[in-house]
Amino acid sequence: MRRFLSFRDFDWLLLGFILLICALGVLEVYSTTFSTRFAGMHIKQVYWILVGLGLMFAVSLVNYHSLLERSHWLWIASVLALVAVLILGHKALGARRWIGLPGGMHFQPSEWVKLVVILALARYFHEMKQREAALADIAKTGLIAGVPMLLVLAQPDLGTALTYVPIFLMALFLGGLRLRHAVALGMLACVLGAGGWLFVLKDYQKARVNTFLNPENDPQGKGYQIQQALIAVGSGGIWGKGLTKGTQTQGEFLPMTHTDFAFASFAEEQGFVGACGVLLLYFMVLARLIQNAQTAPDRAGTFIVMGVVAVLAFHVLVNVGMVVRFMPVTGIPLPLMSYGGSSVLFMFLALGLVMNIRMRRFVN
Amino acid sequence: MLGSEEKISPGRLLAVQYGILIIFLGLGFGLWRLQVMGSDRYGLLAERNRIRTIPILAPRGKILDREGRILVDNYPSFSALLLREQPTSDEDLGKIASGLNLTPEQVRERLRKVAGAAQFQPVILKDDITPDELAFIDSHRNELPQLDTIVVHRRLYPRDGFAAHLIGYVGEVSEEMLNQPKYELYSPGDVVGRSGVEQSYNTMLMGRDGSRRVLVNSRGKEEGRLDETPAQPGKQLRLTIDLDLQIAAEQALEGRNGAVVALDPRTGEVLALASRPIFDPNHFAVRISREEWSALINDPGKPLLNKAIQAQLPPGSVFKIIMSVAGLEEGVAQTLTVNCPGGKFFYGRFFKCHSVHGAGVEITRAIPQSCDTFFYTLAERLGISRIAKYAMALGLGQRTGIDLPQEVSGVMPSEEWKARTFKQKWYAGETISVGIGQGAVTTTPLQLAYAIGGIASGGVLRRPHVAFPGELPPEMRPVSSAAGDEVRVPIAAKNWELITDAMANVTQPGGTAASAHLEGIDFAGKTGSAQVVSNEAKQKQKLTGEQFKDNGWFVGVEPRRNPEIVVCLLVEQGEHGTVAARLVAQVVKAYVEKKRGHPAKLAHQGWSPVEAGVEASVEVAAVWETPGAAPGDPAKLGGGRFRIPVSRARVRTAAPQGAP
Repeated sequence: MRRFLSFRDFDWLLLGFILLICALGVLEVYSTTFSTRFAGMHIKQVYWILVGLGLMFAVSLVNYHSLLERSHWLWIASVLALVAVLILGHKALGARRWIGLPGGMHFQPSEWVKLVVILALARYFHEMKQREAALADIAKTGLIAGVPMLLVLAQPDLGTALTYVPIFLMALFLGGLRLRHAVALGMLACVLGAGGWLFVLKDYQKARVNTFLNPENDPQGKGYQIQQALIAVGSGGIWGKGLTKGTQTQGEFLPMTHTDFAFASFAEEQGFVGACGVLLLYFMVLARLIQNAQTAPDRAGTFIVMGVVAVLAFHVLVNVGMVVRFMPVTGIPLPLMSYGGSSVLFMFLALGLVMNIRMRRFVN
Repeated sequence: MLGSEEKISPGRLLAVQYGILIIFLGLGFGLWRLQVMGSDRYGLLAERNRIRTIPILAPRGKILDREGRILVDNYPSFSALLLREQPTSDEDLGKIASGLNLTPEQVRERLRKVAGAAQFQPVILKDDITPDELAFIDSHRNELPQLDTIVVHRRLYPRDGFAAHLIGYVGEVSEEMLNQPKYELYSPGDVVGRSGVEQSYNTMLMGRDGSRRVLVNSRGKEEGRLDETPAQPGKQLRLTIDLDLQIAAEQALEGRNGAVVALDPRTGEVLALASRPIFDPNHFAVRISREEWSALINDPGKPLLNKAIQAQLPPGSVFKIIMSVAGLEEGVAQTLTVNCPGGKFFYGRFFKCHSVHGAGVEITRAIPQSCDTFFYTLAERLGISRIAKYAMALGLGQRTGIDLPQEVSGVMPSEEWKARTFKQKWYAGETISVGIGQGAVTTTPLQLAYAIGGIASGGVLRRPHVAFPGELPPEMRPVSSAAGDEVRVPIAAKNWELITDAMANVTQPGGTAASAHLEGIDFAGKTGSAQVVSNEAKQKQKLTGEQFKDNGWFVGVEPRRNPEIVVCLLVEQGEHGTVAARLVAQVVKAYVEKKRGHPAKLAHQGWSPVEAGVEASVEVAAVWETPGAAPGDPAKLGGGRFRIPVSRARVRTAAPQGAP
């Protein structure tokens, strides 16, 4: 089976786009932090990217089928890890999201669990015999995605929990969701959404949605972040204010410039042209991924790659959408551009899987 | 092997691809809307975010004496500000309080008071902070970025109330002032003149505040400067006051209650003006405490009252000069000779004279000896209407129009006045008392100086003023109509000579102010001793307290005709005008000696109105040199010594870093 396995089959074009996005991200992390107490973070980000590249190559060498075969164990381990976080996790800003490791490292399982859910769903639909998903399939896959999601929601981390939804929907869509089931699912989502609003969402989360709808009502309070992000992006104009010259970014009017609002800082300093360039890069990455999904050697491979597409597209939609006021502030980072080790490593691991599948496209 | 090898339909993958395309086009449209369509609007908002306009307070103009010596200066003072964009923790509040020598409760109380104000408005925590407190703020800029300072120019007045009533003081514009059209351009918090010259020339002294646009970050920390509209400092104001003469006038009143005003009758320029008791306007320069304010308001001596223009008292015998003008001009007094056995009956009532002047008292003797009986008789002959006509022409019963606020008019009674005020008929008996400046007639010291100076000048009365009209901006100049600035009362030369000669005899042996005689100086004048209550009331009710003692007046001129100076001095509870005459003589002597090139050197003598033993104070501006004078020319040197507390003096050197 491994006769023709070669790095020649690696998707170097995809990797090129990815590294371009990473480079812009490092530049922006530098620009937003060089004058603050976070100075030097762009170097750390480079280290994370290098580690991520290494992981990607390592993962690409392990046949994804061996991972698929162990996906149920991985899933059980993930659920246990999430439960452990709820019990042992480090409490910060009212949420338990990670476990402290020796050496000041953080272990935030909710990122990795996404990959496990992708693998588990891929395996389920791979093994599914019929062309259309029955109600039982919907229920079972719903459990595969839903259990970890609820555990993440309980941390509480609404933003990350929401990323499980597109993975699930993408898998269902490709797995042959019937129209009437889709309608029923939509209605169920509405009921759950209403119930969640009333009984599950915390006040601060509701406040975020409220201020998303009317940020001008309270510019000094809850709407401050949205308002400042809008001002940052809008004042960037067509050509931007230039690297390290963004007044909103450098004057610290914009919060979390190197993490959640990295795209807003970028849009302010690089303008409409730069921001559209980054969107184009992401679109090229997604298009290239979908192409890889088509050429995957089997159903499982397609499902895995499309799962990555779902996560990436969702992150871009929510993060950029938040900045241009299409989405509420959820605290979802922009993959590869926002500073953050977990986020970078997750993306490169996911890419490793994609490469893994691509390298085996002619292998049968 | 796992499961089937069946591929996913390409249609579904294509659908996903298009879905993603639509999402990205949507996001691109969102960026277009903000960055292309909305870039102007958001650009403006971004500018507004980071640019803050900080006022630069304009210093008020200095006030100088007629020779250019500084009477009122400014000193830079720092106020501690708390920026409130970020909440301050209790721990920080404690640090701030101890650094500013306040208690945490005082700081919290201050914050509570402004709790309703907008967040971006800083709170002044403490005015006029000491160098130590300034150093504390400077050294904690990083730990306590919410703490800042602002430079305020504060008035430095001469110590201990020197010329305080003339100069006045400044304070925050009051709400009721803001309602007046005159102050409509001012905003709350503006510091304006509230009294004296500070008030009447406020628009000139005040200047215009500038502003500085600075770049700030989200915590309001200054990160750079954009541009600056400099403050236009107030214009300096040169007064007609002569510092040397002012010192002489202040010394003359030392330890007494009353007022003194010296004019140059040739021009109407006020050379000196003082009032007692005194207040210290420096106490108004920062923030006067409520206790101090109520003490000033409730003081029976009324220290805030400028008695030179606001005390309305019977002029007593000084009024006899005005009576003489009326009597001589009407042709009555020339031929009048009375017998003074110590008083006379009029309308069935005995009117007492202060002395027995014997037979054959004519006007030439009646003035120097101040014979009441003569002037009772003259008043009876003239009648109230003719007396009032001359007195009014000489400025009594109306404001002189001096350029100081709140001047009062005094009262010159007449038949019309009584009918208007009391709706009663004038009784002929009332005229008798008016003849010696008693009864209903009241005047201010300034009015008497104005009237007597005018009479001695041959009937030319010039409006008193403290600023040189030619040096004022056009809009501040008084309306110089002929009637406003100069009034002419026709006095025949013969009568003029008679009156001024008689006044000169007042300070000669046999006159009422013989003890005020100045050898070699043509010093003329008229004493006055005005009863506060009538003699009968005094005897009947046994009123013997200080407050019932007579007020002493003296109005002196030098020389007797076409005088260069007229000085009117009032000593309350001074018992007799002789006392006042000796004090006026001091002032006139100082004037003459200065003029003759033997400066009284009052300014050099270390006139230091300072309580001894004040450790934490420093002497400033000990000697001033007249601008343009040859260095070292003693005649051109003058000044006074004022002590100011050390903290204020050292603030001058504790400029913020970066200042040149």
